[in-house]
Amino acid sequence: MEEKTSLFKKSGFQTLIASVLCAILGILLGFIILFFMNPGHAAEGMFAILRNFFKYANNKTNLLYYLGSTLVKSVPVVLCAEAILFAYKTGLFNIGCAGQYTVGIIASLYTGIALEWNWFLCILAAIAAGALWGCICGFFKAYCNVNEVIAGIMLNWIALYICNIILGNKKVMNTTKSETYNVSKNSLLPTFLSNLFGNNTYVTIAVPLTIIVAIVILWVLNKTTFGYELKATGHSKDAAKYAGMNAKRNIILSLVISGAIAGLAAGLYYLTGIEHYKIASSVPGMGFSGIAVAFLGGLHPIGAIFAGLFVEYITLGGQYLNTNYYNPQVADLMIAIIIYLCGFVLFFKTIMNKPTNKLGLKPGEDQANKDAADKTAHKKEV
Amino acid sequence: MGLLIQYTLIFSAVLILVALGGMFSERSGIINLGLEGIMVFGAMAGAMVMVLLPDDASKFTIISLTLIAAAVAGMVSSLLIAVACINFNADQTLIGTALNMLATAAATVIVKAFNTARSNGTDFSAKLDYVKGHDAFMFTLGGIQLSWFIVVAALLLVIAIVMFYKTKFALRLRACGEHPQAAESVGISVYGMRYAGVIISGFLAGIGGIIYIAAANSTWHFDYGVAGAGFLSLAVMIFGQWKPERIAWSAILFAVFRSLSNVYMGIGVLQALPISGTVYNIMPYVISLLVLAFTSKNSRAPKAEGIPYDKGQR
Repeated sequence: MEEKTSLFKKSGFQTLIASVLCAILGILLGFIILFFMNPGHAAEGMFAILRNFFKYANNKTNLLYYLGSTLVKSVPVVLCAEAILFAYKTGLFNIGCAGQYTVGIIASLYTGIALEWNWFLCILAAIAAGALWGCICGFFKAYCNVNEVIAGIMLNWIALYICNIILGNKKVMNTTKSETYNVSKNSLLPTFLSNLFGNNTYVTIAVPLTIIVAIVILWVLNKTTFGYELKATGHSKDAAKYAGMNAKRNIILSLVISGAIAGLAAGLYYLTGIEHYKIASSVPGMGFSGIAVAFLGGLHPIGAIFAGLFVEYITLGGQYLNTNYYNPQVADLMIAIIIYLCGFVLFFKTIMNKPTNKLGLKPGEDQANKDAADKTAHKKEV
Repeated sequence: MGLLIQYTLIFSAVLILVALGGMFSERSGIINLGLEGIMVFGAMAGAMVMVLLPDDASKFTIISLTLIAAAVAGMVSSLLIAVACINFNADQTLIGTALNMLATAAATVIVKAFNTARSNGTDFSAKLDYVKGHDAFMFTLGGIQLSWFIVVAALLLVIAIVMFYKTKFALRLRACGEHPQAAESVGISVYGMRYAGVIISGFLAGIGGIIYIAAANSTWHFDYGVAGAGFLSLAVMIFGQWKPERIAWSAILFAVFRSLSNVYMGIGVLQALPISGTVYNIMPYVISLLVLAFTSKNSRAPKAEGIPYDKGQR
């Protein structure tokens, strides 16, 4: 259709509006929750979350230092989101991202602490571990017809327990503090512009690498034959097979790449040394937050970067709350609400399409096309 | 050995109820990935009731009120899934995941606020103590300490089996999960049936949640949620091929392994083996993954699950 479309009718713009709407609604609901918990301090609490590290606005070094920390902490969540959206675009819901992230932690910390490898090799190990975990999931999906969501959930828990066994080793784990030792010096990632961020040594090449990964994903998905094949297989496995593509190989490859990105996420986070791994009784939430970020970012690789920054900003904002009145988990609750609202994005979009159609030139035709497109989107196999 | 049986009974009660919940929801066509979250809400409501009831409350009051609170909380929270997935055609996997995150965060916030208010700002933990309530559920039969929860679970299982195979309602529910357009064409309300399916799953998962935290423990830290029990139940459901009696058998199998990880220290033979307790924790997941690999080729999953209902579609 060669027709000039207004800005409001563009799908990308609508997604952006819908995501922003979700975020605003989520913040509003968060405010209402704060109000119910303690009416007197609700405004103050919300302000603390939103102001966040701008609290240090009059001290430039501090401000930049905390900005740097936020960037570093959003690296894993953005990469997990990239992993999930890559798989999602190829028709797979990679809930196993959390497990792939966990094996990434195992690989990067074991090679970084016990074996003291060079940082580059540690990262490679993390990527390989994540890819392997994705490969297992993909194998079950392609050859045994096991739903990837269920296989992913099982593999998440298996990964967690293996992680607790391996990282519980005395070589890696400081048993008195029950957290891992510091990452060895030559396994730490090289810093990147750290003096710009108030000498925050945690700001490493992880930050620019994340942006590069996002751009590469965008390019692979939209500009290459390989990406097209993966997407085609996701749309209809049988049609792809008929067109001469190797559907089974494509399913496995999608999950291997997705897993590799998740593994990379773990490596790029834990090898900065900003956090120690502690023995946990539940799967790291990073993979699940990744789902959230991917959807909030409108399933767009670049959108995920901004969504990730926003989510991390709010989560960290919870720590600025006055603990006499509120607890920091209120921020997690707000994020969860925002994700829940993301489910309604499709609905927001239909609403946005209605008024423009009434004013538009030919109503019937356009709507029919949109509906057809929406329907194919629904038909994905879960 | 007695301890092993006791734990197995408790875990199977939880897994049976929650997996049955998942079954009803999926049979109506809605994938309920939020079972974990619903369990947390049910558990929190039940625990709150046990904490808040006065000391002189009779056993019967404690038992009935706790169960009712858990069931109602489960049903209300399942509405979050129902509204989004049935009326607004939301992505069911996303909504389920969101509900899981929402439940853990909400339970932590609520319990912390509750503790802070009750202790005048000295206790910031997300922990609830309900020794009294826990004891009310206990009775001994033939030397083994049992819990009323298990009786409730057994009753509900029987009701579910009868309902699933013998009633018109269940037949209609299953039709909506296989081919909703055909069901609508003979006058069945697909939306209504799907609501019913999701709410039943909320009811069962809510009760499952309170059993999970209260049958073997007398305190619970709510920042852990229910530690994956909901996901394990989903595996049980698939292993049970969406049929109630098979779900019951597979739940018992899973429960045995789960209990082994808790009690293997007390069993001489197993303690002598050079296996860490974590291995027993992994076992149910590895087994279910392998079993799924061998059985999924001819999976009996409801055909229309996960697809939002669209009246105009053929």
